[in-house]
Amino acid sequence: MKPIESFEIPEPSKVNYINAQYGLKSWLLTKDHKRIALLYLGSITFFFFIGGLYAMMIRLELLTPPGDFMQSATYNKVFTQHGIIMVFFFLIPSIPATLGNFLIPMMIGAKDLAFPRINLLSWYIYMLGGVITIYALLAGGVDTGWTFYTPFSTTFSNTYVVAAGLGIFVNGFSSILTGLNFIVTVHTMRAPGMTWFRLPLFVWSLYATSLVMILGTPVIAITILLLAFERLAHVGIFDPALGGDPILFQHLFWFYSHPAVYIMVLPSMGVISELIANFSRKNIFGYSFVAFSSLAIAVFGFLVWGHHLFVTSQSVYAGMIFSFLSFAVAIPSAIKVFNWTATLYKSSISYDTPMLYALGFIGLFTVGGMTGLFLASLAVDVHLSDTYFVVAHFHYIMVGGALMGYLGGLHYWWPKISGRMYPEGWGRFSALVIFVGFNLTFLPQFVAGYLGMPRRYHAYPPEFQVFNVLSTAGASILGFGMLIPAIYFVWSMRYGKHAEANPWHLPGLEWRTQSPPPTENFAVTPIVTWEAYEFAPAEETEVVGKFRPEMERI
Amino acid sequence: MSEHIVSVRVYVTIFLLLLLGTGLTVAAAFVEFPGKLNTVVALTIAVTKATFVVLYFMHLRYSSRLVWVIVASALFWMAILFALTFSDYLTRGWISVGY
Amino acid sequence: MDATTEQLHGHRSLQHHFENMEQQREAGTLGMWVFLVTEIMFFGGMFLAYTLYRSAYPQAFASASNHLDITLGALNTGVLIFSSFTMAMAVYFTQTGKPRPQVICLVLTLLLGLTFLGIKAVEYHDKYNDHLIPGRLIPGRPFGPEVAQEGDHDPHKLHLLPGATVRQVELFYWIYFAMTGMHALHMIIGAGLLTFLLIFSLKGRFDPEYHSPVEVIGLYWHFVDIIWIFLFPLLYLLGRHLEHV
Repeated sequence: MKPIESFEIPEPSKVNYINAQYGLKSWLLTKDHKRIALLYLGSITFFFFIGGLYAMMIRLELLTPPGDFMQSATYNKVFTQHGIIMVFFFLIPSIPATLGNFLIPMMIGAKDLAFPRINLLSWYIYMLGGVITIYALLAGGVDTGWTFYTPFSTTFSNTYVVAAGLGIFVNGFSSILTGLNFIVTVHTMRAPGMTWFRLPLFVWSLYATSLVMILGTPVIAITILLLAFERLAHVGIFDPALGGDPILFQHLFWFYSHPAVYIMVLPSMGVISELIANFSRKNIFGYSFVAFSSLAIAVFGFLVWGHHLFVTSQSVYAGMIFSFLSFAVAIPSAIKVFNWTATLYKSSISYDTPMLYALGFIGLFTVGGMTGLFLASLAVDVHLSDTYFVVAHFHYIMVGGALMGYLGGLHYWWPKISGRMYPEGWGRFSALVIFVGFNLTFLPQFVAGYLGMPRRYHAYPPEFQVFNVLSTAGASILGFGMLIPAIYFVWSMRYGKHAEANPWHLPGLEWRTQSPPPTENFAVTPIVTWEAYEFAPAEETEVVGKFRPEMERI
Repeated sequence: MSEHIVSVRVYVTIFLLLLLGTGLTVAAAFVEFPGKLNTVVALTIAVTKATFVVLYFMHLRYSSRLVWVIVASALFWMAILFALTFSDYLTRGWISVGY
Repeated sequence: MDATTEQLHGHRSLQHHFENMEQQREAGTLGMWVFLVTEIMFFGGMFLAYTLYRSAYPQAFASASNHLDITLGALNTGVLIFSSFTMAMAVYFTQTGKPRPQVICLVLTLLLGLTFLGIKAVEYHDKYNDHLIPGRLIPGRPFGPEVAQEGDHDPHKLHLLPGATVRQVELFYWIYFAMTGMHALHMIIGAGLLTFLLIFSLKGRFDPEYHSPVEVIGLYWHFVDIIWIFLFPLLYLLGRHLEHV
């Protein structure tokens, strides 16, 4: 088995995918998956900040018990729009469209995805969906909650429901095309020798995510269309007063929206597998278990949607089935957590920024997952449903889980993407600030919710104030913590230390080409003869242990 | 070229079978079958026709195992949507609240 | 192209990120099948709504279904099946390198598809005349069919079976227009795709080595046919055995 450093990386040329062609047209009409990933990176970051602004508005209102910062009608719009932007325009596309687009061809040894023009089309569709949604926000907003429950959304709401729904509908096609591209690519374009079980676990996770995108997104597409027609035509398909069934809407809505949360977390788990293995210099414990767990999560994730309908008129027998299945879906996730932990055991951990995010993920995702089990229990859910307990639960998964993975992955692959290193000291600092800020924001919400504070209320009884004050303080710290990487990533593009082809000294295929890569990724199609995380024995590599002296410190 | 070329004879046969199936389903629609059998008959004919189209016109019969898995998954997922939703609607009447 | 160029660069339609035509063809076919999965799930949501409301209001659904024109529906089914046949033949002639019959079959498929849409337009027009467009879709012309009284055999009037209400019949028409409308939209898109295929075929772009677009659009076309194979009995035939005319 070859030690890492003896692998021949071709003489780095000055030409890479960023400077290969200049001009706006070469970016807006590109077919290069790496450039498309950067286009997505810019747009997603933009939407993240908009969603974040709405979050700040929520936390400001909730600082005091009375609804004094904004009227309830406005507050309804703020939390709705926070949800819509964060779920559909940030979380769902984040890792797949940026890191997935950039890395999948490289990790399998291909020159591009199977359908490069469809890839570009998916970005344009995403932007179109975004423009339509922003129009809805600016024209007057939408106040139904991101869940659009009927008959309020179809009959009683006076806001821009159809426009917002249309934006989400269009955006769904972007998701579908991305998933389609990934599935076909992984099946047909792996380099010679790259068998399924030599694939990095990041690829397995994104493959599983793509399955969910393909099977789930069309259902929400038709649901939104039916909702829009119902609102325009007033027939009654979801309106009880007209003979329709509002629970049908909820079944159709959650059939997608529950698996959607696995679209958000599976890619992040894929990143974590990469980070844990690579930053502890050890092969992932139980590779095939982790790979199959990704598939299991994708499949099981489709069987549990009824747990969002426990407190509706859904039959209690269906409730029991969904409750049981919701417990079952936790098992593959738990298997992954056990395997990551076992990987860390007796390994050689280096506490670089990406690893800090990965370690944070394991703890926070576990909390989020376990509190999900509370909610999966029928009787407990009656008490906790529609309280802040639920809000805290899903933010632990979405922010503590999905966002941590995204940030960790961005840091990890930043040298490959940009050819520059981010400042390691600031990286570690901001990771810690984000961790502290996040917990301060959402931990009190578990308590507040358990004690009975309802969600989606702009005013609340005074006994909950202490939790809300802590939460808002935490949100400010979290916001500050997230501004720092935004600044230093941009800074590093001009002033960051130039990165070599393999700055972390790791075996992955993506590290065996220059940073940033040339347009065609590899000068010669690699022939893969090694397993996914084959590390050289410790004595043969130069970098072992905790801190890297050569990384820049500020 | 590893493609399998289906013969004209097969295409014509399938086409005629499909037209026959259409005639059959129209005729059967006017016959009063006991219970819910009308629906069963209609759906059986429809499924048979669809199967012919998928197997021969869409070349599934001559396609790789991967394509078979893809088609099976789609049907399975539709089944999940129907089965679990109906687990709600069909069992609502089972329990009567005792207070 | 000459043999040397073909050796160096591959078939002129080989895209640069693929290793060879076989890989490209496999990817294209797989991509279309995966896309069809999304279409199955898309229509699946509407089939679910149909199933639920039909079990809730069986008499109303039967009454409403009987008001549809079975002749036009059956004719349309035949037209679509014929077009599927001609589409399959178009693929066959492309595979066997017979450009003239290939073009003829594509033209036939397109014409049959347009015929289907024409017949659909006639049906929709009839519904419009009978005030059967649901809800407030047509401003100023709400849903309001004339209900036939006992003994009245006027085909333009709605004959309600016992237990059916006009409100429930409206729900049927909602689903009818949603499903057939979505199906028709897919046919229009299919017609557009066929037009592209025709243009490229006339330019001689396809040969036995490269005809993936013909195959792949064929798959799409057959799928649209399959949706109709289910729509026809579910919408047009469900209550015929209860007709008492």
